[in-house]
Amino acid sequence: MVKVLLWGSLADLADGTREVAVEAATLRDLLDGLARDHPGLRPELERGVSVSIDGRIYNDSWFTPIGPESEVVLLKRLQGG
Amino acid sequence: MALDDTKKTRIFKVVGTRPDRPDGIDKVTGRARFGADMVAPGMLTGRILRSPHAHARIVKIDTSRAEALPGVKAVVTRADFGDVPDHVADILDNCMAGQKALYDGHAIAAVAAVSPAVARKALKLIEVEYEVLPHVTDVDEAMKPGAPVLHEGRQQETVPPGMSQNVIARSEFGHGDIEAGLVQADRVVERTYRTAATHQGYIEPHACLATMGADGQGDLWVCTQGHYMVRNTCAAILGIEQGQLRVTASEIGGGFGGKTTVFLEPVALMLAKKSGRPVKMVMSRAEVLRATGPTASTSIDVRIGMTKAGRITAGFAELRYQGGAYPGSPVDMGAMSAFAPYDLENVKTIGWDVVTNRPKAAAYRAPGAPMAAFAVESAIDELARGFGLDPLEVRLMNGADEGTKSSYGPTYPAIGLKATLEAAKAHPHWTAPLGENQGRGVACGFWFNFGGDTCVSLNITPDGTVTVSEGNPDIGGSRASMTMMAAEELGIPYDQVRTIIADTGALGQNEVTDGSRVTFAVGLATIEAARAAKREMCRRAAMVWGIDEEAVEWEDGAARPAGPNAGRFPPMTIKEIAAIASNTGGPIAGHHEVTAEGAGVSFATHMVDVAVDPETGATKILRYTVFQDAGKAVHPSYVEGQFQGGAVQGIGWALNEEYIYGEDGILQNPGFLDYRIPVASDLPMIDTVILEIPNPGHPYGVRGVGETSIVPPLAAIANAVSAAAGVRMTQLPMSPPRVLAAIQAGG
Amino acid sequence: MSRIHVTTTINGDATEFLCDAEATLLDVLRDELGLTGTKEGCGTGDCGACSVTVDGRLVCSCLMLGAEAEGREITTIEGMADGERLHPLQKKFIEMAALQCGICTPGILVAAKSLLERNPDPSEEEVRYWLAGNLCRCTGYDKIIRAVMETAADMRRAS
Repeated sequence: MVKVLLWGSLADLADGTREVAVEAATLRDLLDGLARDHPGLRPELERGVSVSIDGRIYNDSWFTPIGPESEVVLLKRLQGG
Repeated sequence: MALDDTKKTRIFKVVGTRPDRPDGIDKVTGRARFGADMVAPGMLTGRILRSPHAHARIVKIDTSRAEALPGVKAVVTRADFGDVPDHVADILDNCMAGQKALYDGHAIAAVAAVSPAVARKALKLIEVEYEVLPHVTDVDEAMKPGAPVLHEGRQQETVPPGMSQNVIARSEFGHGDIEAGLVQADRVVERTYRTAATHQGYIEPHACLATMGADGQGDLWVCTQGHYMVRNTCAAILGIEQGQLRVTASEIGGGFGGKTTVFLEPVALMLAKKSGRPVKMVMSRAEVLRATGPTASTSIDVRIGMTKAGRITAGFAELRYQGGAYPGSPVDMGAMSAFAPYDLENVKTIGWDVVTNRPKAAAYRAPGAPMAAFAVESAIDELARGFGLDPLEVRLMNGADEGTKSSYGPTYPAIGLKATLEAAKAHPHWTAPLGENQGRGVACGFWFNFGGDTCVSLNITPDGTVTVSEGNPDIGGSRASMTMMAAEELGIPYDQVRTIIADTGALGQNEVTDGSRVTFAVGLATIEAARAAKREMCRRAAMVWGIDEEAVEWEDGAARPAGPNAGRFPPMTIKEIAAIASNTGGPIAGHHEVTAEGAGVSFATHMVDVAVDPETGATKILRYTVFQDAGKAVHPSYVEGQFQGGAVQGIGWALNEEYIYGEDGILQNPGFLDYRIPVASDLPMIDTVILEIPNPGHPYGVRGVGETSIVPPLAAIANAVSAAAGVRMTQLPMSPPRVLAAIQAGG
Repeated sequence: MSRIHVTTTINGDATEFLCDAEATLLDVLRDELGLTGTKEGCGTGDCGACSVTVDGRLVCSCLMLGAEAEGREITTIEGMADGERLHPLQKKFIEMAALQCGICTPGILVAAKSLLERNPDPSEEEVRYWLAGNLCRCTGYDKIIRAVMETAADMRRAS
């Protein structure tokens, strides 16, 4: 199981918890698992998110591997200028 | 062991030097072709009719008289566009209003005519019946229940019930317990800060030239930060296939985030389609200011607690950003970056995305971050000064480092914040004497930096020189940087490589030139493309030598046997390999397509001295120094240029620039005379110190540098002005009347 | 409405054109004569991107009518280099990275050349005030000012 840290306002939508555990070996598993286990997160996931894995930020790469000890943080989708 | 160590520290031959840029001669002779510089045979002039109202229902548009005017070849309104996918619905509505005009300057209709004079006349003949509605342009007013509502039903599930429909979204970030942290503080600063909307202010107005045939094939020449984005967005809006629309990026006369979306382009294509003729559209400066993206104006509450020793015990910020007429202000990034430079046990930010009757905010250099840094860095400065502490020492004491859990969640890898602070502390600027009515300010800033979809194709010509095709408009010298990285990797001189920006037919998808991504992501793809070409050239040499390709290595622009056991052959240079390419399997190329991830975050510290005239409230910038981590500076002159340019945009934001709306909701200053960006005589030289803490996510350690440089100046200057004037400034711009009023009220 | 016939000299070449009465010199240069090196940034004389010289005097071509070019000598950015030989300012701007996007560069070069013709040894402050009518949003002006000062020094040494 991978522990995923949610940003504050997502916690209310995920049964009030800031940290959820998801069975995932890749980024795709992670996003699918979050949507499945926590339907309240779906609108935000559909709007798009970025994910920090061990301090590096990923936007799109589904098959980025995630280790069981990885630090995973869900982030608002980032936009630059 | 010793060998391993030398391999770790790469000795660069081209990267880190300062060669002439490949587009230099075109740009100093006037030959470079920008958006408005292209012509096509039979071309028409396209013009847009814009709303004179801040908020109005469009009851009826009668275009018949305009259509009847001789020389008018097409008139377009929203009725010409069909239903579009959700992800481009707001973009289309911003390009051509549907039910309502949502801001002063909102596009209502467009014409294409044989001359500018006929087009202007035709616009006057379009009759629009408006039902004028109440409007709101201020973020705090727009949030109040009872405020005029722009959109019904757009509010996200994150917003508590009972708030105005203008409040689109709420977000919250952070960790720890704010109230518990504040209790530990010896002093808590609690203030509200406000910043005005500012425009990116690129000198080149938006421009494009479109053709569109009845067969569904279109061509577009356009100044943009991302022609692939333009292609995809226009294709979705027009209901055509992406592969049928070819977009070529012109030279771009500045963007700073403002050219990361479309305004004219779908309209130009529709006019071209209806008229059957090429249509050129160029915005006036007033149109640029009224109808293209400024950044958000903001209202930010901050509470920060500090011990008298300087330790921050808790940091809280509530940020309200109005992003204009459609959802999507950059408040999330403001809320995520506000406390990013600090290692805090208790930190929380709340962001509110609010719509108002203003043009839709577009990205502007580190979108959302400068305003948040202004608020937080001002409060930290006030606390430090209140305790008589050195503001750099306070930042060092609280500064984030490798292993710090950031305010937005992730734990940092190696970062350069403290290196910038140490460099600032050691710089002579820090201890230089100040005169009467002068003040010095410092502030830190952070930006995320991005990667994204990237394609590079590198071809070896028959004479052994190299062409690099990439898909990101060059906005500040990136062709030079790509050329340098290709030359570095291939071990050949800079002048043996030429880099071009290819059109959308030539490469796969490329993310927009944004997020400080180009030198990082396109650089990475260029290096990988060069590596692919090297592998192929080694293979060809191995064929000629009759040895195993594993036994060939590449060094200094030539294939060589990897060791004495591989065989005794003289090196085969790139030119020699290229000359026999047709005999060894065909033309040689390398290419790389990637979604670049792993862009390293970037930090900066800025230091500024100002003089404030107590009689007039006018501020003069006396001295300015930028300290920023570049990872690895590929072309140091253009890194310095990014530092200097960002600092000066920040100076404009801090001191002069401001969208001013009247009671009528009409923009009062849509021109460079009244929307005053910094001019040469306002400024001193901008000194720069480049730090190089390598980004592990890039082969040469490159980090993006373009955006971070606009994050600290607002606060650094506010801190300097506050010190000079003896009164804390909490509202931007710090224009002379505002500073004078503060001095008089405080003194 | 009949168009006005104008006879003028542009970058040393005798030139004739027809223009509408309300057409600016900038419109004529760009749209009639194809001299698109002169840029339009504002159309109101605030940004200097359209700087040209008229009988040696620096003007914003967006503030002058095309018809007013009658009998004058106009010089634009296209007239700055001598064939393939760049003006020292042009060379120095490339060498010192005094441009980023390049949209303001033609106007700034025309203006800077005009300054050095009047004042071969300008102070930094004189350069900054002379160029105060030429907006640049990319560079923060630092490298532009340095390039003009260095060019002036080089030209003084060479003369």
